[in-house]
Parts: sequence; structure tokens; C-alpha cells
Amino acid sequence: MSFLDKHQKLERNLSLMFVGSLLAVLVGGIVEIAPLFYVKNTIEKVEGMRPYTPLELAGRDIYIREGCYVCHSQMIRPFRDEVERYGHYSLAAESMYDHPFQWGSKRTGPDLARVGGRYSDEWHAQHLKDPKSVVPESIMPKYSFLANAEIKPESVTGHLKANAVVGVPYTEEMIENAVADLKAQADPDADTDGLEERYQKISIRDFDGNPDALTELDALIAYLQMLGTLVDLEAYKQEENLR
Amino acid sequence: MRNISEVMLVGLAAFFALLASAFAVDSLFQTHMAILCFILAGSTIILLRRVEFASPDGSFPEPDTSGYMDEVIRYGAIATLFWGIVGFLVGVVIAAQLAWPELNLEPYLNFGRLRPLHTSAVIFAFGGNALLCTSFYVAQRTCRARLFGGDLAWFVFWGYQLFIVMAATGYLLGITQSKEYAEPEWYVDLWLTVVWVAYLIVFMGTIVRRKEPHIYVANWFYLSFIITVAMLHVVNNAAVPVSFLGTKSYVAFAGVQDALTQWWYGHNAVGFFLTAGFLGMMYYFVPKQAGRPVYSYRLSIIHFWALIFLYIWAGPHHLHYTALPDWAQTLGMVFSIMLWMPSWGGMINGLMTLQGAWDKLRTDPILRMFVISLAFYGMSTFEGPMMSIKSVNSLSHYTDWTIGHVHSGALGWNGMIVFASLYYLVPKLWNKQSLYSLKLVNWHLWLATLGIVIYAAVMWVAGITQGLMWREYDDQGFLVNSFIETVSAIHPEYVMRTFGGLLYLSGALIMAYNIWRTIRGDVPETVQQDQPSAVPAE
Repeated sequence: MSFLDKHQKLERNLSLMFVGSLLAVLVGGIVEIAPLFYVKNTIEKVEGMRPYTPLELAGRDIYIREGCYVCHSQMIRPFRDEVERYGHYSLAAESMYDHPFQWGSKRTGPDLARVGGRYSDEWHAQHLKDPKSVVPESIMPKYSFLANAEIKPESVTGHLKANAVVGVPYTEEMIENAVADLKAQADPDADTDGLEERYQKISIRDFDGNPDALTELDALIAYLQMLGTLVDLEAYKQEENLR
Repeated sequence: MRNISEVMLVGLAAFFALLASAFAVDSLFQTHMAILCFILAGSTIILLRRVEFASPDGSFPEPDTSGYMDEVIRYGAIATLFWGIVGFLVGVVIAAQLAWPELNLEPYLNFGRLRPLHTSAVIFAFGGNALLCTSFYVAQRTCRARLFGGDLAWFVFWGYQLFIVMAATGYLLGITQSKEYAEPEWYVDLWLTVVWVAYLIVFMGTIVRRKEPHIYVANWFYLSFIITVAMLHVVNNAAVPVSFLGTKSYVAFAGVQDALTQWWYGHNAVGFFLTAGFLGMMYYFVPKQAGRPVYSYRLSIIHFWALIFLYIWAGPHHLHYTALPDWAQTLGMVFSIMLWMPSWGGMINGLMTLQGAWDKLRTDPILRMFVISLAFYGMSTFEGPMMSIKSVNSLSHYTDWTIGHVHSGALGWNGMIVFASLYYLVPKLWNKQSLYSLKLVNWHLWLATLGIVIYAAVMWVAGITQGLMWREYDDQGFLVNSFIETVSAIHPEYVMRTFGGLLYLSGALIMAYNIWRTIRGDVPETVQQDQPSAVPAE
């Protein structure tokens, strides 16, 4: 076979072998990934998406830190049972500001893509501190330390800035007010006019049942309670977004 | 004085780590840098004790650099075994946590922080060290050349261990960017990039030095593995740090693009780290142990190029029915199914190498281990394409079926081939006539095999049970099961899985004992060196 003889050249020459291997492994990624950045219908047209509030972002960072994604997905597939169990199937647009994405790969626990608003704050606080106290068969670990871990609001500005660098549309105003916004969202007595203007569909209250301290539990519950609540699914037109 | 510049560099690095800890913007970075400072300071002291001074006439005793550079491979073999046991142990612990959640100790030893420790310890610490040390061994033997770069190989080895320790301690502290199998944060990623480039230089430099005209097939696989992992690592970990004195970064891509980039990386961590590199191992050690040449040269060419070209496309099968556009999902599925063929090409080439030597299976437990490894490779590379079919995936995805699939590959194929390769290597590296005990190898083989079979079987049951329960409707058209009922239903399987893992771990402990006795030079009196240790069946 002649092509096998030609292969002799390759296997006698390290540079050719290097270039050949590199070319072989480059193609797939380029063909599959690159179009996602410029094919317009990759991300559906929806109403209601906004960047995370500073408190929600802090909560999301805690979600990531604790590895919640190893047991909870945030991606509802378009099946009858999943849509009935968890709600409308997930849209690409809903994670367009997620650096990184949190779709997950395993459901040791239920999907959380639309957990926002499904349970009360008290339920979440109790459940995170001791899951078995509300779901006796649960195999989730306890996260009671979150209730005692105070948040340092000052650091959040840098987090918004880094997100802006990678493309999240945080405005100058949002970044300037980040620290105040973070504190205000968990404080029912704060002046929150500006906060509500900057972030639509925002929940403002003390989330962890302890108004004296701004804790990691506040942030995490604020994040959980907004999951899947932003996009106006009534206004979403499936036919216009076929991909 | 010799080694003094190394001492100064590491000492300086320790000082910078101390500064970074002092000026850290978040407490996690402070702690992590303090750990780094501690490690580097300790290394400085160890290195200081190894500084060599010139003898009175001003000359140094020149180290012998004429032969192969095997000391670093000896270290690599020990590190492989050590990290393997760590990885398996953490695996047993987290398996037990799923069966008995009281075993979670918040915050540091919760499941969410231990799971990446388990996966990274097994893939990158155990698998990575096995790849490092075998590639150094194989490249030298098949090129008949000493490792290129002098002490650069030592830098690669110790640099890689530092990466492992920084990643592992980071996970326990909660430092993660949440990309599966790419969890370490930006500064650890940067360090790995440096180490990996050094690895590429050592490996390619050694091949350039070769005294054989042809590059042996094992080296094609090692080379493509090193190149591809470099590409995957750099692209998938692109991120913007919040501060250069803090742990946190935000990855460059978002949502759907990030998801596909991640699984392009994630699937090819399997495809190149755990497959191409390990096929390199297979192509050297199986023919050596069987005493037969590779079955087909043509097949090795075809399946090599097909494998590395096709694997890269398979990533989207991790994202079936998600918000990833359908065209990408379909592409991923089609290529995953095609991948079945080159995968089996590798298995066939390995198994058929035993042609004319099948009788050795009766007497040689190490060869038996290679064969079982290849059998599991064939099994999981059939199961994988099957699970990538969308309709199958709709049931299997998000369930323990995937976990079972991964483990039949990792425990069966990767674990077994590393064990067998180490059993082959250790007597050679330490100049011993034979292993301490082939009987213990046999014990290891069967404990591990039984462990895998139990593990994979109960995970099939658990996964399919849970998948079917999620979609179960009653005749009124209502969902039958609440989510928590589907969790309780698979408790027995979780207990059995822990038991399977325990069997596998105990096999590895037996191996550690056997290797330790071999290195010490113990040979049991009952074994006659010139006879096979087991009697062939009549």
C-alpha cells in the first residue's frame, strides 16, 4: 500500500509528526466551537435577562466554591417529565452571563435551574443548615457554617469589574455602586430605589433570617431564589428560535 | 558549588509566596500561598542539604550521564502508586458519603469539595504520574537515547507534584473554577502550563536525539497526548483574575460557548490523557510482557490517526438535549459513534499481539492484567458510543450510569494497565530479578476485577433505575415519583458501590506491599528463579 510507505516519512521526522498531530486535533474544535460565537441563533432572543446583582454574584461564587454543581444540574431538558418536574426547559440565553456555566453533569440532587421562588427563604436556610431536618431522606451535606460566615462587601467591586472584562454588561454605575448595592439587597430598611432601577426583577429582603449580619447564607439564598426567574417565558416564542 | 542556583531560586520563590500571602486580597489566597511558602521553604532546606562542594583540587565528581536517566522514573513509579492509593481512598470515602451522608464533615470534607479531589487525584496525580514516568522510560528505550535536558526532567517531575498538591489543597479550601477536571484556579493553571511546556521539551528533545531512524508507535501516542493536552488546557482555562493577589477568576467564555469549550476539554481529557497516552503505554509494555511484536503495523497507523482526529469532535455528547444547538449535538453523536472503530482498533492490536503467546496467560498474572485492561478498554469504548446516542443518553444522562461507565474505563482500562506496567517496570528499575510475589499480583488482579465488576454492575442498576423512575407516569398522567424517592431507591446500590471500591483499594494496598518488598530485594524462598512461579494447566 502506497500511503503506508508515505507514512514512513512522517514517522522518521519529528517535525512532521508534530505538525500532523496538531492539525488532526485542531479541526474538530474549530468546526464545532467557533460557530457558536458568531451564528446568531445560538442564543435565543428573550426578554428579562440582566447581570447578577452583587449579592447574587457573591452567592453564585459560594455555590461554585462548595461544588454544588457536582450534584445539581442547572439545565432542564425538553422532556415532558423534566418540564413537569422542574419547569420550562432551559434556554441558552438564561446562562449568557454565566462565567463559567453551571449546567452540571449529574443529578444526585434535583435540577436547580428554576428553583427560584419555589421554596421560602426559611426553608432554604433550614435546608442548607441541616438538609435532613426538612427532607429526612436527603443525602446532602450540611452547610451550617454559611450562617456564621460574614461577607466582606468591599471585595465585590473587583468581581463586577472582572465580569465586565469578560463581557458581562455591567455599567459604570453598577460597578460604582456595587458595595452599597450588595449591602442594600439584604437590608429591608435600606434605600433601594437605585438598586431596583439598576437590576430588574430583584428580591430585596433579609434572606437568612438574621438581619444583624450579612452572611454567606444571605448571598447563597439570594442566588438560589433568582435562579430561572429572569426570562419572561410567556413572551418567549419557540418557533422564532428554532435552531 | 553545585545546586546552589536551584536552592536560591526555590528559596526566592518561597519568599515571594510569603509576600503573596501577606498581601493577599482574600483569605483563601492567604492560606493557599502560606501552604505554598511552607512547601517551597521545606524544599529549599532539602535542596540545601544536597548542595555539593568542590573537592580541594577544584573538581566536581562528575555524575554518570552515559546511560539512561532512570532515577526520575523510579520516583515517578513510587509517586504513581502513592497518588493512586490516595485517589482510591478518597473515592471510597465519597462513595461512603453518598450512602451515609453523616460522613460529611463541613466545610472542608463535604462531598462537593472532596469529589474534585478524588477525580483529580486519580486522573492527574495517579494517571499523570504514570504517564510521566512511563513516557520517560519508553522514550529512552525506543530511541536508545538519554532524556534530553539534564535536570529538566526533575523539574517536570517535582513541578508536577507541586501542581498536584496546590490543586488538592485548593479543593479542600474551596478554591475551584467549577469546570470539571479543570477545577484549579488561574495561578495553578499557569504553573501547570510551565511544567507542561518543559515536559514537551524533554520528550521531543529525547526523540530528536534518537539513534533509531523511526519514531516508535508508542511515542506517536505520547506526543499527540502532550500536544493536545497543552491545547485543551490553555483554551479551556482562559480566564480573567479578579486580582493577581486573589484566588478568584472569571472564565473567558459564558453559557453555551463555555459549556461546549468545557466538554471539548473534558471529553478529550478522557480521549488524550486517559486514552492516547495510555495507548502509548500499551504499545510498549504489552509487546514486552508478551514477548511478541505488535500485531499490525498498518492497523496502528490507521487507528492512531483516526483516533486523534475523531476524538476531538466527541465533546458535545456531554450536552445532549441541553441548550446547545442541535447541529452541534448531532455532530458530537455521529463522531462519537465513529470513534468506536479506532478505539477497537487499539484493543484488537493489543490483544492480537498475544498471538502465539496466549499460553502465557496461564502462568503470567501480569500479562493477564494487561489483557483484562484491554478487555475493559474495549467494553467501555463500546459503552461510550452507545451512551452518546441521543435516545440512550436521554435516559442515562445525569444518572449513575455515567459514573459506572467512567469507572469501568478508569478502574478497568487505566488502573489495570498502570498496575501491570508498574509490575513490569519495578524489578527492571531497581535491578531485581523478579517481583517479590506473583501470587500477590494474582490477588491484586482478582480483587480489582471483582471490585470493578461490582462497581459497574450496581451503577448500571442505579442509573437505569433512577432514569426510569424520573420519567415514570401513572395511568392518570401524573409523575409517580418525587425526586427524593428516586434517591432513597438507590441506597442499596450506593452501599454496594462503596464495597466494590473497597475491594479495588485493597488490591492497590496489596500491590504497594508487594512493590515495597520487591524494592527491598526480598525474594520468597519458595520461588525458584529459573522456573515459572505457577504451574501451567495440563
